[in-house]
Amino acid sequence: MTLDGTDRAILNRMQDDLPLVSHPYAAVAEELGIPESEVLNRLTRMKDARVITRFGPFFDAAAMGGAFCLCAMAVPTEEFETVLTKVNAHAEVAHNYERTHRLNMWFVLATETPEGIVGTADAIEWETGICVLRFPKLQEFFIGFRVAA
Amino acid sequence: MIDARDREIIEALQGGLPLVPAPYAQVAEILGMDEDALLYRLAELKSRGVIRRIAAAPNHYKLGMTSNGMTVWDVDDDRITELGARIGALPFVTHCYERPRALPDWPYNLFAMVHGADRDEVEAKRAEIAAILGDACRFKDILYSTRILKKTGLRLKAKG
Repeated sequence: MTLDGTDRAILNRMQDDLPLVSHPYAAVAEELGIPESEVLNRLTRMKDARVITRFGPFFDAAAMGGAFCLCAMAVPTEEFETVLTKVNAHAEVAHNYERTHRLNMWFVLATETPEGIVGTADAIEWETGICVLRFPKLQEFFIGFRVAA
Repeated sequence: MIDARDREIIEALQGGLPLVPAPYAQVAEILGMDEDALLYRLAELKSRGVIRRIAAAPNHYKLGMTSNGMTVWDVDDDRITELGARIGALPFVTHCYERPRALPDWPYNLFAMVHGADRDEVEAKRAEIAAILGDACRFKDILYSTRILKKTGLRLKAKG
């Protein structure tokens, strides 16, 4: 889909925190000077077209007593799809990207306990026979998140 | 930590917030609780950092940001905190972390995500980072993402 100026204004605003009120979209609509129904229609369209991959609360597994960990694997090309199916089958794999490197599969594990990271990463190694390198964050330097639409 | 009620709320919302005028009333009804009680709980989860924000995750590719590079750097341990903060503050860096090296394969300890309309734009931004790091950085690389293989966010497992 092609985004017009109104779509972009909505998308830019919606990358920032939505107020925790009964009618949050009405609050955003008022800020932007657009009717609430139009905000909702456009958001629905952008979500259906997968311009928005997800809309809602972002949870911090660590604050719940759990953990996140970035992991990487060097997957041989001919095995890539088979390994991908095995990796993605784990609910703990929150997102996964193919990247240009010998380490070509990069995914984030989000688990409810710190031990869950080790358990899941070890399970993936066992199932695929490929080493899972683990890169937990040591320090986080400001997360901007937003991209200008 | 979260209690059983928090957990139900998180499970109800991890798929996303409904795109209807009163989304919390709809979720509250499913959970068999008052909308006010749900909003109160959510505010509390937010103050504890369990909820970081309620927002849209855009698909960078569909926004024309077709070039997404994970820039990685081997930065002096003595200077990582100072330099990481400077890189993280750059307007075009969306995520920036210090992570452990995995020697000998992986000498890099600073990760910064950079997005652009094409690789030239990403390379120009990467050069800005390199200039800031200067001789505090020994090795560097960039890994472009070529495919989103999964993007669901956190999922709690159903507890039996």
